[in-house]
Amino acid sequence: MSEIPLPHRAKRVVPWWLLRHETMLAVILLIALIVLGGLNSRFLTLDNLLNQGRLTTEVGLIALPMTFIIITGGIDLSVGSIVGLCAILLGYSWKVFGFPLPLAICFSLLVGAAAGFLNGIVITRVKVPPLIMTIATLALYRGLAEGISQARSVRGYPEWFYFIGQENLFGVPAQLWLLLIAIVISAIVLDRTIFGRTLYAIGNNETAARFSGLPVDRVKLIIYTLSGLMAGLSACVLVSRVTTTRSDMGIGYELDVIAAVVLGGTSIFGGVGTIWGTVVGLAMIQLLKNGLALTGVKGDATIVVIGTVLILSTLVASSLQRRREGV
Amino acid sequence: MTAVTLAGAEADPRRWLKVFASQEALLAIAVIGLAIAVGLYNPRFLAARNLSDVLLGNAYIAVAAVGMSMVIVSGNIDISVGALIGVLATISGTLAVNGAPIVVAWLAALVAGILVMALQGVIIAYLRIPAIVVTLGMLSILKGGLISVTGGKWITDLPDSFHLADIELFGVLPFPVFLMILVTILAALWMRYSASGRAIYAVGGNAEAARLCGISQPRTIVMVFALHGLFAGAAALLYATQLRVIQSTVPPNLELTIITASVVGGVSILGGVGTVVGSTLAAVLIAEIASALVFIDVSPYWIRAVQGVLILVTVIADILRRRRMAGV
Repeated sequence: MSEIPLPHRAKRVVPWWLLRHETMLAVILLIALIVLGGLNSRFLTLDNLLNQGRLTTEVGLIALPMTFIIITGGIDLSVGSIVGLCAILLGYSWKVFGFPLPLAICFSLLVGAAAGFLNGIVITRVKVPPLIMTIATLALYRGLAEGISQARSVRGYPEWFYFIGQENLFGVPAQLWLLLIAIVISAIVLDRTIFGRTLYAIGNNETAARFSGLPVDRVKLIIYTLSGLMAGLSACVLVSRVTTTRSDMGIGYELDVIAAVVLGGTSIFGGVGTIWGTVVGLAMIQLLKNGLALTGVKGDATIVVIGTVLILSTLVASSLQRRREGV
Repeated sequence: MTAVTLAGAEADPRRWLKVFASQEALLAIAVIGLAIAVGLYNPRFLAARNLSDVLLGNAYIAVAAVGMSMVIVSGNIDISVGALIGVLATISGTLAVNGAPIVVAWLAALVAGILVMALQGVIIAYLRIPAIVVTLGMLSILKGGLISVTGGKWITDLPDSFHLADIELFGVLPFPVFLMILVTILAALWMRYSASGRAIYAVGGNAEAARLCGISQPRTIVMVFALHGLFAGAAALLYATQLRVIQSTVPPNLELTIITASVVGGVSILGGVGTVVGSTLAAVLIAEIASALVFIDVSPYWIRAVQGVLILVTVIADILRRRRMAGV
């Protein structure tokens, strides 16, 4: 019985991990690095690469919980608006309500978590599809940020607050440490815990997961709340880096975040994806942006590249998946 | 016998109740009720000038929402339409300024709209990539492309004959309002009474059942997106021709306003349900609310929050109503 050969496995010449989407992406990334480095001598310097890490932290922090969400087959389009709302509330609670800054930071993180919690509770209780729920809150949260701030900015934070956004710790940008810790924790949670495996179960077949007694709604509620919380954290890092608070902060983040996650091999249909893939996806997008900028392509044209890469990579990924499933 | 008469007697008032409870009737009541309420607070709101400005300035949103409603009824979504309208307006304006015949400039917007949307439809329907990914990617391609090609420069010195939105039919009816009404009625009739129109509901309601009925799902989706592109082109023309200049950037959050109009108009985001009459009424309501905020001395910066609450409330109501109807 146990000797029944697995035909599709026996035929394989290349080891399985080489064919993985993430591995191929990493190879492409490596080639891109070498080519871009050859085109511009400023590209492959440690300073530049570390600086790119600094710039990718804000999107990266949100991309981790977004990976969880997309693995379950959901999506969160409101993250950019949550960043705006949290940034505004950080500035306003400090400057206008007179909170001490540490309290203001906690407050804005709390608001981020609450915003994500609201998404999660409506998605799980009322069963509103995540796409439309987060389109609604994309408008709502941005609207709150605009309404509260009346488009006025807040600046003049105390010196210590700029540490996380601008200083180095052991020669590495301070916020990059934050991102690294978050990556390690997310990877362990996704790969090694029951919670993480539940995410895949939900994404593969939600009904089956429910019947297996998995706490589907609770898990979903946690990941949407986490997404809001990380968007809040990202807002704090962003404000600290750019030193001002404006209500238009984080506009378009959802595109960068989803692009990184999908580029990293997480299927938008759910059930498939890894943190490692998201990290490679993040690096890919940031280096593409930076490399293009260094070779003289304007910032707006790089959005075009990201959009194209997003569509093409989904095309490739879905056709690969179809071939694997023999459809 | 008595039971039958009782049931019959009961059915009549219930049907009336149903008509009044329909999304369209509620929206019409909301449009009129809001006008009266704000008018009582500030009579200047009801001035003919203001009301016609509200209609004129926002007719293009209603026209685009008609196409968006079809897309959502078919079970898809499009978040690239705002960026597309910006691109189409710029294409049309650039042609007009550079001496192309005005009709060509107008047609170019319509044709380009159909092409871009049909392409997205093909990718979604035949290559089976979810609409959200395709349109999100297209959004950034269009937005980034427009800014990097034009550098954000405004188009000025548009020829007078270009201004489609200035035309008044029979000397009274402004063209944008006429187009809004015409497009809505035609689309409503087509979706209700033609086989291809019904196919949209079938595909959105239950794709598998539609397939078994011999309806080609991919072809229907490509058709829906192509039509949506046509309406986006028409909307772009109204948008481009209502002012003396075209800001060749993407109008911010336009797609959100258009989606809001569709959803608030009763188009169910789960697909298969909704009418374009509702979405047009909702577009009028949203424009009215934006104007009303100014007249009751609320900062216009709150408009987007109001929009968000509107979508949220209607979506939740829609889902709860469906669940009650399904008897769950």
